[in-house]
Amino acid sequence: MLKIINLHAKVEGEKTEILKGINLEINQGEVHAIMGPNGSGKSTLAKVIAGHPAYEVTDGQILFNGEDILEMDPDERARMGMFLAFQYPVEVPGVSNSMLIRQAVNAVKKARGEEELDPLEFEDFIAEKLKLVEMDEKFLDRSVNAGFSGGEKKRNEILQLAAMNPKLSLLDETDSGLDIDALRIVSEGINSLRSEENAFLLVTHYQRILNYIKPDKVHVLMQGRIVRSGDSSLALELEDQGYDWLVTETHVNGEA
Amino acid sequence: MSRLTEAEAVDQAASRKYKYGFKTNIEYEEFPRGLNEDIIREISKRKNEPEWMLEFRIKAFHHWLTMEEPDWPNVHYKKPDYDQIIYYSTPKEKPKKQSLDEVDPEILATYEKLGIPLHEQKMLQNVAVDAVFDSVSVATTFKKKLAEAGVIFCSISEAIQDHPELVKKYMGSVIPTNDNFFAALNSAVFSDGSFCFVPKGVKCPMELSTYFRINNQDSGQFERTLIIAEEGAQVSYLEGCTAPMFDTNQLHAAVVELVALDDADIKYSTVQNWYPGDENGVGGIYNFVTKRGICKGNNAKISWTQVETGSAITWKYPSVILKGDNSVGEFYSVALTNDYQQADTGTKMIHLGKNTRSTIISKGISAGRSQNSYRGLVKIGKKADGARNYSVCDSMLIGSECGAHTFPFIESSNNTASVEHEATTSKIGEDQIFYLQQRGLDEEEAISLIINGFCKEVFKELPMEFAVEATKLLSIKLEGSVG
Ligand SMILES: Nc1ncnc2c1ncn2[C@@H]1O[C@H](COP(=O)(O)OP(=O)(O)OP(=O)(O)O)[C@@H](O)[C@H]1O
Ligand SMILES: [Mg+2]
Repeated sequence: MLKIINLHAKVEGEKTEILKGINLEINQGEVHAIMGPNGSGKSTLAKVIAGHPAYEVTDGQILFNGEDILEMDPDERARMGMFLAFQYPVEVPGVSNSMLIRQAVNAVKKARGEEELDPLEFEDFIAEKLKLVEMDEKFLDRSVNAGFSGGEKKRNEILQLAAMNPKLSLLDETDSGLDIDALRIVSEGINSLRSEENAFLLVTHYQRILNYIKPDKVHVLMQGRIVRSGDSSLALELEDQGYDWLVTETHVNGEA
Repeated sequence: MSRLTEAEAVDQAASRKYKYGFKTNIEYEEFPRGLNEDIIREISKRKNEPEWMLEFRIKAFHHWLTMEEPDWPNVHYKKPDYDQIIYYSTPKEKPKKQSLDEVDPEILATYEKLGIPLHEQKMLQNVAVDAVFDSVSVATTFKKKLAEAGVIFCSISEAIQDHPELVKKYMGSVIPTNDNFFAALNSAVFSDGSFCFVPKGVKCPMELSTYFRINNQDSGQFERTLIIAEEGAQVSYLEGCTAPMFDTNQLHAAVVELVALDDADIKYSTVQNWYPGDENGVGGIYNFVTKRGICKGNNAKISWTQVETGSAITWKYPSVILKGDNSVGEFYSVALTNDYQQADTGTKMIHLGKNTRSTIISKGISAGRSQNSYRGLVKIGKKADGARNYSVCDSMLIGSECGAHTFPFIESSNNTASVEHEATTSKIGEDQIFYLQQRGLDEEEAISLIINGFCKEVFKELPMEFAVEATKLLSIKLEGSVG
């Protein structure tokens, strides 16, 4: 579903590379986790996959369902079924959450040639999704993320994910900032959305979420490179030992 | 590609941006260019006006001769040549019609194109329309139904004939003929406009609406609106404006006066979409307008809502004089400028009575190379104990070549009053747009959503149909301005 080949990227107009040759392949039905120290490039990777204009890809390829998507705008990628749950969800004052989600859902439906939802149909539709993440419907009338607590923002991202039902979901530290109950609810929500047709990439610092959502693969990103990949036991090892042992083992620090 | 289809393509592209830019071909009766006492006498005579009306005009004209065109607004333009303007222009044939069947079908077709069907049966329910074409009111609808409620809604010319005592009493009572350069000019040469009188205790049974259309390239438009709400009366009034595209500038210098007596409530909404000129700043309307209301009685309320998207230059400050105790003044404004448009707009809230309250919500959006200024005055008089004002001025910039400016003035002579002012300036953020694009919205949809969110507090004050129109209008105006 997603194939990344030798991806190099930097901030538009800057010199230093943030991503220095990433290779990654995620197949349908899989869950991958990416872990790594602060500033290693995890969010950058997620944003580059989603097409954020602040970054320039200097080398490599990103294939989504076999198609090279590097020239595509973020909205085209989104309508193809790619979803990014933001580490820092953005506030849009004055725009109600329900308005945004309805437009988002309809944008995807339209792209697929499906019938769009009218406001009434949408009400029923979104009620289901609210249940899934156990969110109060009052959040629908509030401005997108404005004044939401950290945890509420994260939960709202998953509400949007559930509504849009993407093929590939990139979750950037969705677990950070969620309390213990919220983490369980959100994780169960995500699990119920898993299928043989979709795939998830979870960026996280903590092993905890991986107890709920069991990853097929875990990758460690350090200084712009994937320095180690393994199964879910790798996450446990990291939790136990931190990242230092990987640094010496792979000599990444030698060239930084 | 042949020449013709090329021209057509350009035409189409241009009209997508300003879809009201067509001209109606009808015959005009025009006066010679320029202004002198004879022209004014002729206007007055043509309209069969009483002597006092002529005197009002002549007095204003003499004031005007002594006045200078103001240059304190933050706008730059070539001043109009007042000797080249045609001060009276009317579609040929007798102007006022008994029924719509007598109105020139070309004019009716124009209003249909604008989305304002004048045929009553086809009209939006509960909106009575007065249509002013160039200088002359061509049709007022729903007159009978309004009359049954005791509401008078007609052209100002008719009001001068049929209700002279009301016009004489109130015209110029809020905006004196010598108030400012453009008001004086209007007072001298105004040709038509709307008049509305809602008697004591009457709640106007429908929205009233005027559509102004400038069609003639060389005529100025000087309309005059007067609305009076007696004790306990209520009325909501809508005003819309469009004009064809010309590569010269047309002057629009209107005067609007509102009078609210005890417990009366007047709500005045404008969606202004005069032709703004092309993307190089050629042509467009000079919109120099004086609008003011007075809360004459206690507990009266006047509310201005405006969505200003058109005109090359806008110079306008809808204001409220809060004379009655406990009276309320409101100003909700969205001003959008793009390309080379310039707007200097805001309000004045003059607190004279006790416990008077005013709210100012101003949202300025600048794109292209435009300049957008908010200018406001909150004045608290000596006797205005407990007066309160709350102002919010938010500016949003799109791109890096435009400007946003705020000039808030506060003059308080009463220390029991409270005045609060908040101002913010923001840029449409790349991250906001990216977030929405990530949700499948294309860039234009994303921007339009952000802008509508930004303007929400103002749009919610507009009547439903107008809010929808305003939302669409802003999107059209901003097409292609980000990125
Ligand atoms: N738009 C930007 N402008 C400048 N520097 C940037 C930008 N985006 C990322 N960087 C830099 O690139 C590096 C990687 O950042 P990124 O946000 O991808 O890290 P991360 O792995 O997600 O970290 P964290 O775990 O703290 O979220 C950091 O040093 C960051 O400062
Ligand atoms: Mg991050």
